[in-house]
Parts: sequence; C-alpha cells; structure tokens
Amino acid sequence: MSKLIDDLKLGLQQGRIDRRTFMQCMLAAGAGVALATSFPGNALADTTASTPKRGGNFKLGIASGSTTDSFDPGTYGDNYMQSVGHSIHSYLTEVTNTGELVGELAQSWEPSPDAKVWRFKLRPGVQFHNGKALEASDVVASLNHHRGPDSKSAANSLLAPIVDIQADGKDTVVITLNGGNADFPYLMSDYHLPVMPAQDGKVNATDGIGCGAYMREAFDPGVRTLVKRNPNYWKPNRGWFDSVEFLVIADVGARTNALSTGEIHAMNGCDLKTVHLLKRNNALEISSINGGQHYSLPMNTTMAPFTDKNVRLALKHAVDRKTMLETILHGHGEVANDHPISSGYRYFNKDLAQREYDPDKARFYLKQAGLDSLKVDLSAADAAFAGAVDTAVLFKEHAAKAGIDINVVREPNDGYWKNVWMKKAWSMDYWGGKPTADWAFSLVYGKGASWNETFWDDEAFNSLLLSARSELDDGKRRQMYGEMQGILRDDGGALIPLFANYVDGISRRIGHDKLASNWDLDGLRAAERWWFA
Amino acid sequence: MNKISTLLAQRLALGLLSLWFVSVIILLGVDFLPGDIATEILGQSATPEAVAAFRQALGLDQPLHIRYIHWLGAFVQGDFGSSLANGRQIAELLGSRLLNTLFLASVTAVIAVPLALGLGFLAAIYRNGFFDRMINSATLTFISFPEFFLAYLLILLFSVKAGWLPSLANVDPSQPLFERVYRVILPALTLTLVVTAHMMRMTRAAIINLLASPYIEMATLKGVPRWRVILTHALPNAWAPIINVIVLNLAYLIVGVVVVEVVFVYPGMGQLMVDSVKKRDMPVVQACSLVFAATYILLNLTADVLSVLTNPRLRHPK
Repeated sequence: MSKLIDDLKLGLQQGRIDRRTFMQCMLAAGAGVALATSFPGNALADTTASTPKRGGNFKLGIASGSTTDSFDPGTYGDNYMQSVGHSIHSYLTEVTNTGELVGELAQSWEPSPDAKVWRFKLRPGVQFHNGKALEASDVVASLNHHRGPDSKSAANSLLAPIVDIQADGKDTVVITLNGGNADFPYLMSDYHLPVMPAQDGKVNATDGIGCGAYMREAFDPGVRTLVKRNPNYWKPNRGWFDSVEFLVIADVGARTNALSTGEIHAMNGCDLKTVHLLKRNNALEISSINGGQHYSLPMNTTMAPFTDKNVRLALKHAVDRKTMLETILHGHGEVANDHPISSGYRYFNKDLAQREYDPDKARFYLKQAGLDSLKVDLSAADAAFAGAVDTAVLFKEHAAKAGIDINVVREPNDGYWKNVWMKKAWSMDYWGGKPTADWAFSLVYGKGASWNETFWDDEAFNSLLLSARSELDDGKRRQMYGEMQGILRDDGGALIPLFANYVDGISRRIGHDKLASNWDLDGLRAAERWWFA
Repeated sequence: MNKISTLLAQRLALGLLSLWFVSVIILLGVDFLPGDIATEILGQSATPEAVAAFRQALGLDQPLHIRYIHWLGAFVQGDFGSSLANGRQIAELLGSRLLNTLFLASVTAVIAVPLALGLGFLAAIYRNGFFDRMINSATLTFISFPEFFLAYLLILLFSVKAGWLPSLANVDPSQPLFERVYRVILPALTLTLVVTAHMMRMTRAAIINLLASPYIEMATLKGVPRWRVILTHALPNAWAPIINVIVLNLAYLIVGVVVVEVVFVYPGMGQLMVDSVKKRDMPVVQACSLVFAATYILLNLTADVLSVLTNPRLRHPK
C-alpha cells in the first residue's frame, strides 16, 4: 500500500501522471481525500519549494512583447511589459501568492467610515534606483500620470472614480473617491500603477526608473530586456537573481524548444495541444493555474435579436461547455457559468447551479421568445483569444442541435479590437482575472463602464454594485456579490463558457513557492519571487 | 568605363524616384489599414478619451498630407524621425536590426553561394547522371518545404536531439564574433536550404544552354577536358543570368526572412517591420520599407553592372 502511494507520488513529481490521475489512484487506493490532497500540495503549481538563495542569470521567455513597447506603464498592454514592469517597479499594494492584499510601498492604509477617503501611509526608507527617497509626492505624480483629459494612459478610466489625490506631509497620501469603495486598495496593485520618481510634480514615465527589485540595464523593445539586481532593495526575501533577462519569443515552438534545450528557464503560454508531451520531460515543471482568466462571447443587448433575454438564455443553454473545455483547452481550465467570478474569488457563489448543455431548454427559451429557429452571426478571430475561431465553430455544432444556426463570420485579427469587438452585435473576447469581484463587475458589466461590451444596463445589478462597493460588512457583501453573479448568469449579455488556465513551463532548476493566481507568471512577479534551486 | 558611370548615374536617379514612389505607396497603404497607432497600442483598453489624447500627443490629428510633408522634409535631411510608439530614434532602432539582418544574410551567402555554384557546376558536368538527379531532387525537396518546417526539423535534429547548436539565435552586439556566428548557424543553414535550389538550377541551366553552342563543340573537338570546357569556355558566358539569380536571392535574404526570424527569435528587420505595421507606427514602417526598397534597387544595379563587366561585348561596344 505505502509502496503504491510512493510510486504514485514519484509519478506525479516526475510528471508521468497528472494531478487528476494521481487523485483518482490515491482515492482508489483508499487513501482518503485528506491524505490525497495533503501530498505535494498543489502538485501542478508547487513542486519545487526549496530554500531560496541568491545568484544566477534568470532567462524568461514570454509570448508577447513588441518592438513598439515602451516603459510607460500607461501603455502596458501585455504580459511582457507587465512582467518587466513588476521587476523594476513597486506598487502601493501587492496581491500575494495566496491572494491576500498586503502593503508594498504603502505600509498601512485606512478608509473614512464611508470608504470614500483613503489614507495610505508610505513605507519609510525606500529608495528609487536613481537614489531619490520615496515621498508622497512621487505617488501623487505617478497616479496623476494616468488621470485627466490629457492622459493617454490605458488606466485612465480605471482611475476615473478618483476625484482628488493629495500628499499629506512626506509619508501620507490621501485619495478621495467620488463614491465609497471598500476594495480600493486592491486597485492600487494594478500593473498600470507603479510608483515612479517625480520631478516638479511630473514623472518621466519612459525612463524605466522605479524602486523595484531590479534595475534597468538594457532595453531592446521586442527583443530583450536585461535587469540587474537592485542592491538597495528593501524586501529582504525577494529579488534572488543577480540579473534577469526577459526574452520576447512569440513563436510557441521556439519557446518550447528554448525551454527544452535549456536556453531559457521558464516560459509562459505552453502549446496546449502538445503540453502533455512536454510534461514527460523530467527537467521541466508544467504549471496550470486558474487565475480567473475567461473567454467571453459578449452579445450586444441593445441589438436584435439579443435584446430579448430569452434569446440570450437559449444561446447560453446551447453550448456544451465540458466538450469545449476538453477540445479547446485540453482540460486546462474550468467551465464557467456566464459570469466572470471563478472559484478563486473571495466572494464566489458556490450555491449557484452550473449551467449545463441542454438543447431542449434552449428550444424552450426560443419558443418563449416567439421563435421556431434562430440564425445569428458570430464574429470570430483568434485575436480575441487563441482558439476563438475553433470555439465558434464548435459552438455552431452544439447549437445546431437546438435548432439554432450560428453563422461564424471569420474576422481579421488585425484591428480586431477597433473594428469588430463592441461594434458587431456578437463577437468574442477574453478578460484576465481581477483581484476583486467589484473590479471584475465594474470594468465590464456596470452601467457606464467604458468596456461594457454587452451594453447591458440592469437596474438591480447596478444598484447592488454600488451598495456592495461601499459596504464594509463582509457577510452582506458576500450576499450581494452572490446575488449579482446570479443576475449576470441569467440576464447578462455575456456568454462566458470557460475559464482558461495560465499554462507555463518552468525548469526544475528554478525554485518557487505556491504560484500566485492573480496574473500569469506568479502574479507577474516571477523575477522577484523565484530563485535558482 | 564611361558607359558604366552613365548607367550608374541614370539608375541611381531612377532609384531615387522609385524610393519616393514607394514612400507614397506605403503612406497610403498604412493609412488604408483600419485603425491607427492609438487604437492599436491601446487595443482592448482603448477608450475614446485615451485615443484622442494619444492622437493629439503624437500630432496625428493633422491631415495625412501635412504629416507626410513634415516627414519627407526631415527625411531628405537624413533625419529618420522617431518611433511614434515609444519615441526611440529610428536610426538607432534600425541600425542594430539592419546590421543583424545583413549579418545573417552574409553568413548564409557565404555558405549558400559557393555551395550552389559548385553543385550547379557539378550537375552540369554530370548532366542527367545519378549525381545530377540526386542533387536536383534534394534541393527541390528542400525548397518545397515551408521555411518554418525546415527550421523546426533542424532545431529538432541539432539542438533538441543532439544538443550541438542553440535553438535561439538571440545575438546582441556585446557578443564576440565567434559566438554570433555560432548562434546564427541554424538559421543560416535553414536559409541555405531554401535558396540553394534556385541558384544551383540556374547555374546548371545556364551552363547546359551554352554546351550546345558551336564554340563549345569546337573546344570539345580540340580535345579540351570536359571540366575545362565548362570552366573556361562555358562559364564566362553564363555569368550574367547566374549573377542575376544570385542577387535576387541575396535580396530575398535581406528582405524576406521574417518567418525564419520568428522561429529562431532573431532580432532582424523583418520582425521590426511586422511589429510596426501591426501597431501602425508609420515612420518606422516607412524607414523599413525604404531600406528594403533601396536594397532591391542597389542589388539589381550591382547585378547589371557586374553583367556588363563580365561581358566583353557590353564592356567594349562598337
């Protein structure tokens, strides 16, 4: 018996069997759930915990990145500059690898009773790479870089609720909002919002100077970024590497080859079609993390035929999510329930029933809408997410059984976000996970949100969103967010079939703790958190 | 020689006109593409306010022809301008990329050109023999595969299985020459396999064409050995078409290797151009296109000059 368990453990560690098989065998062996889950932690995410030590040049291959990249955090659009940004910069707050919010440059914070005014107290003794000491005015200027009508930052609308930012002395920042927001400190961990040194109330956003674990050494956009360890970094237990190289490797085959031949030590975006083969390589660890990233098929609720809630419900019942999970993601994800809140969120509603594939129900809702059959166009392009076109074609097959004819319109990848998304009545897109339910809802589904891709305006939802935001009682918030997930599932315009995992390959020479799930690559902090084992 | 300088002057003047024409076409072409740099950089997170601020900051709110005239004015004074996306000087951005591209093209040419000429020469000598057929079918097989497939095959053999060569060709100026050559061996081999067939077959065909001429028959009847017939009698008259094909392939090695660049993650001009077109970074697209166009013009000019020089009848016209 114990021999069997040891064999299974070895198999799991060497990647010969996956976690699911491991669990099944363990349970079959009578080990019981508690024992089975107590083995190597979250095996797919955490197998190389060791004592951290300094040194080495860490090479990280990232799928995105472009020659047009810039250090300006207002333009951070993809994982590449976001990861580079997290290596050279620090933020007011940080989401830890276990999902809690801790202070980074802010030592502590407290809200006014209505959660409208927030006072952040800064950590003393922090220095920028250029030797300047961190002061409240730096924070004010860094946030103002994204605000106002002249700002070209992508975080402009994220910070729209801020009406005023003031420095109170050298170590306190006071931020006033236009309404209460109990989760506001989470917002300050957003990758757009690092603190940069200010001069005369302005920051020079493009010179890449921060107070993070590493200092900019060489920057060749679209090719490589080299950063060296910051000797004055204030965190004692972070920033282990002597230097880190971020390589842009757009081609997944090239990334995989580079990882297997030891040219790089980690990569993001494994090829899901072949990742089971890559797992056989004992020198590698494959991490598969559900970070709330989801694929969405937003219907414009102000355009026919999606104005009718019954049509939306018919379509939501006409997709076989489980098949889709196996076909499109090869199991690296979870089925979603037409709302963006995954099981990792604090206020995930466990009691909400998962929507299943049910062609009969779909027909029923079509009848409710007064239709015998339905023919709709779905605009698809792989720019929305890898496998979007396949998803659409698969959906077409599922829906045909419910008498729904989905006409898949293949759109060009180029210019997709400008010309197709939010322009055509039904298109596709993806969203990353957010640290809070409020953020996930406000960004996309709230009234007046810049990215309200479904043009949905539900009174009950909007008023719940507002009151939950300023509510400080945890039980009440849980109940409100739970209710909102239900409303979105049954009435919302977004058909959200899948949560897609972040699937990364990491050399076993690299040590790390449990991987964070707020963003890819350990919450974008691989450079700061990992070490050579 | 006088004829050659006239030719040079004429062709260079025409070349400048072509370059101007290319710049206009690129300008209109990029402008016809949907979206502009503001919408493409901001992507999914574009809001109308941010897009408007972006456009204003970059002067994109001015009409197209005004922007073009400003750009052209600076360009003729040697100022390539700076990238709209990240404000970097294009001359600097382009410089290192262009050197990388030329480096890869030269390494490939050093391998491929002698190889193709030698094989073509041998194939002509042993025409229709086993060697000829084998070389023909091998090179034609390689040219028929897509480049990325050949690249993956070589990576699989030489870096994943054997572990001799790196799969990433990430060169940078700080590396010593030997290291850089070592890093580009695999991409250079891939490109060699792609370009050899064309040059080899042209060499073979040009020589074989001449073998039926009376003066070759004369030489053979004189008792000159076959290899000398080909080397000293046929080859000098075959140079013109061969040079043209070589130059065409060299131009391809400079302007057309983006797929190989992507597979080997080689920081050349192709990737720069693709990125810039994707983000509608007009000045960078212009600079890249003009460099590419100038490459074609200059290489073609070189081919013509060399053809004249290798042909006494053209060198000394009556």
